[in-house]
Amino acid sequence: MSKFLTRHQKPVLWTLLVVFIAYGFYFWDSVRTTSILNFTLSYALPLILAAMVGIIGERSGVVNIGIEGQMLFSAFVAFFAAAATGSLIMGAFLGMAAGLLAGAFLGIAAVRWEMDQIIAGVVINIVAAGITSFYYTPGKSLPAIVPRIKIPVLSEIPLLGPVFFNKSVFVYLTLIIVVVLQIMLFTSKWGLRTRAVGEYPSAADTAGINVFRTRIFNVAIAGILAGTAGAYLSLDAAGWFERGFTAGRGFLALAIMIFGAWNPLGAMAAALFFGFASGMASQLQADEVINIPQQFINMLPYVMTLVVLSFSAGKVRPPAAVGQPYKKEG
Amino acid sequence: MIQGEEAKKLHPTLSYLVQKQSLVVPLIAVLVAFLIGSVLIALQGVNPVGAYQTIFNAALGSERGLLRTLEKTTPLILAGLAVAVALRVGLFNIGAQGQLIMGAFFATWAGFTFTNLPALLHVFVGLLAGVIAGGLWAAIAGVLKAYRGVHEVISTIMLNSIAIALLDYLVNHPFKEPGQALPRTVPIFETAQLPKLGFVPVGFLLALLVAMFISWVINRTTAGFQFNTVGANKFAAAYAGIKIKYIVVASMLLSGGLAGLGGAVESLGITYRFEPAFNKGLGFDGITIALLARANPLATIPAAFLVGVLRSGAPSLQFDYGIEPEIVDLLLAITLLLVAAPILGKLIFRKYAKKSETISSGWGS
Repeated sequence: MSKFLTRHQKPVLWTLLVVFIAYGFYFWDSVRTTSILNFTLSYALPLILAAMVGIIGERSGVVNIGIEGQMLFSAFVAFFAAAATGSLIMGAFLGMAAGLLAGAFLGIAAVRWEMDQIIAGVVINIVAAGITSFYYTPGKSLPAIVPRIKIPVLSEIPLLGPVFFNKSVFVYLTLIIVVVLQIMLFTSKWGLRTRAVGEYPSAADTAGINVFRTRIFNVAIAGILAGTAGAYLSLDAAGWFERGFTAGRGFLALAIMIFGAWNPLGAMAAALFFGFASGMASQLQADEVINIPQQFINMLPYVMTLVVLSFSAGKVRPPAAVGQPYKKEG
Repeated sequence: MIQGEEAKKLHPTLSYLVQKQSLVVPLIAVLVAFLIGSVLIALQGVNPVGAYQTIFNAALGSERGLLRTLEKTTPLILAGLAVAVALRVGLFNIGAQGQLIMGAFFATWAGFTFTNLPALLHVFVGLLAGVIAGGLWAAIAGVLKAYRGVHEVISTIMLNSIAIALLDYLVNHPFKEPGQALPRTVPIFETAQLPKLGFVPVGFLLALLVAMFISWVINRTTAGFQFNTVGANKFAAAYAGIKIKYIVVASMLLSGGLAGLGGAVESLGITYRFEPAFNKGLGFDGITIALLARANPLATIPAAFLVGVLRSGAPSLQFDYGIEPEIVDLLLAITLLLVAAPILGKLIFRKYAKKSETISSGWGS
C-alpha cells in the first residue's frame, strides 16, 4: 500500500482533492451535487469502456477508428436480441458477441490483410451504420429495465453511496475492467507482451512473441468491451435504440484515450471530467444560472475534445508502432 | 504493382486486366455487392430483379427521374473530390459532411442577404461563400494537424458535430424564417438561383468541370506533385524542401472548399434555402465515393453517379415494395468493404494482386 502511494502520489492526491471538493459541494447542495455526479458517471461510462477499447488496440499497435461502429452494431444487436428473446441477459450477451465479431474483423483486416487501419475502422463505421439503419424496426421495446444492485454498507455512504454503489451491473463491471486493465497492462505477462508488440514489434518478434496473433487477439477482445459499451447504451442508459444512436461517442473516446495518455485510469479520469463538464453545463442551464442556447451545450464535449487535444496531442506519446502493419523481415 | 517479367507470361487479356485492376476490382465489387444485396432483398420477401429494376427505372427511366439523379449526383461528385484530394496528401477528411453543410448554409446566407446584385454575380458570390465557409471549416482541422499534431480523423468528426449544432442554432434563432414551424431559413433571391440548361442542372456541369480541373491540378501541376509527394512519403517530401505543414493546411482548405461547393451548389441549385433536414449523409457518401474511385479525381464522377442513381431510385423502392431506402446504405457499405479490403483483389488476381496502399499511419503528425 505504501509503495502504491509513493509511486502514484499525484493521482492519489488529485483524487482526494476531487472527493474533498465534491463533499464540500454536497454539504452546500446535496440534491444538485448528487444529480450532477450521477449524470457524470452515466455520461462517462460508455466513454470509459470505449476508451479501453482504444487503449488495448493502440497499446498493441492497432488504431481503432471503428469503435463508434462497433458500439453502434452491438447496441443494435443487444437491443433487438433482448426485445426478441425477452431476456436482457441474452441481449447483453449477444451484444458483446457482436462486439467481438466487429473487433475480430478489425484485427484480421489490419493484421492479416495489412489493410490501412484507419480505412478499416471507417469501413466498420459505415457498414455498422448501413446494417443498423436497414434492419432497424421501430416499435420494439425491452422486456424489463436493468436492475440496480445495491451494495450493502457501501451504498449507505453519503454521496459516494448513491453515485457509485447503487448502480446497474454495467457500472460495477466497467469500474472493475478499468482497474484490472490498469494492473494487467503494466504488471502482467500479457501486458508486457501487448506493450512490446505496440512499441517495437520486431524486437517482440525476436523474443518469440507472435506479433500477429497478439494483435488480433487483443483487438478482438477489446471488441467485447465495445460490445459491453453498446449493450449498456441501448439496454441500460437509454432503454431504446435509434439510427445513429451512438452519436460520435466512439470518437470522443479516442480523444479521451489520448488525453489519458493511453492509461486506463487516466482515460477514466478524462471521461469523468467530460461527463462532469456536460452535467455541470446542463444543470446550470436548467437552473437558469447561465442562459446559453441548448445547441451550444450540445456542442460542448466536441469543442472540449478539440481544445484538449490541441494542448495534449503534442505532449503525450502514442505507442511507437501504432498504425503500422507489422511485416516479418526476410 | 505488376511484376514486369511475370506479367509477360500471362495471356495478353489477363495481363491487361491485371494492369487495370484498380478499375476491375471496384467494378466487380459493385457487382458482388449487388448480388449480396439481392440475397438480402430476397430475404425480405421481394423479387430482387424487380427491386433493382424499380431503382434504375425511377432513377434513369424518365426525364424527371434523370434530373433528380443528376441533382443527387452533383454534390456527391464534389464531396467525393473533397475526400479524394485530402487522401492524396495522406489525410483522411471524414468531415466532408460538416464542411458541406457549412457551405450550404453560407451560400444560402449570401443568397438571401445581398440584394440588388446582378444574377450571374449573385450566383458567383453565393458559390464563393460556400467554398470559403467549407474551406475554412476544414482548415481548422488542417491547422490543428499541422501545428498541434491533432489527428484529422478525430478533429474533422468533432467539427462535423459542432457544425451540426451551430447550424441548428442559426436556423432556429437568428436566421429562422419568421412564422414557420420548421427550422429553416428564408428562400434565396431569384438572382442567386443556379439555372438549368435544358434538363441538365448547371451545378452538375460545374461539378464535372471542377472534377476535370482537380484532376489537372493533381496530375499536372507543381502543387499537385507536392500533394502526391507528401502523401507518398512525407520524409522524402520534407527532404525535397516541401513545406509539409503548409501543404497540409492548403490541402484541407482545398478539400473543405470542394465540400463547401457541394453544399453551395445544392442550396443554390436545388433547395433554394437551408434546412438541416437536407444534405444528410452526403459527406459520408463522399468517403465511399472517394475510396471507390481510389482517390482518382475523374473516377469520382462515375462513382458519384452510381451512388446518385441508388439514392435517387431508392425512395420508389419503398413505395413499390415497402423496402426501406436504407438498403442503399447497406449496398454501399458492402461495396466499400469489398473495395477497401483486399479480399477481392487477392481472390481474382492471386499473386498479381496489388498491395493495399497505406494512406495514413497512426497518430503521428
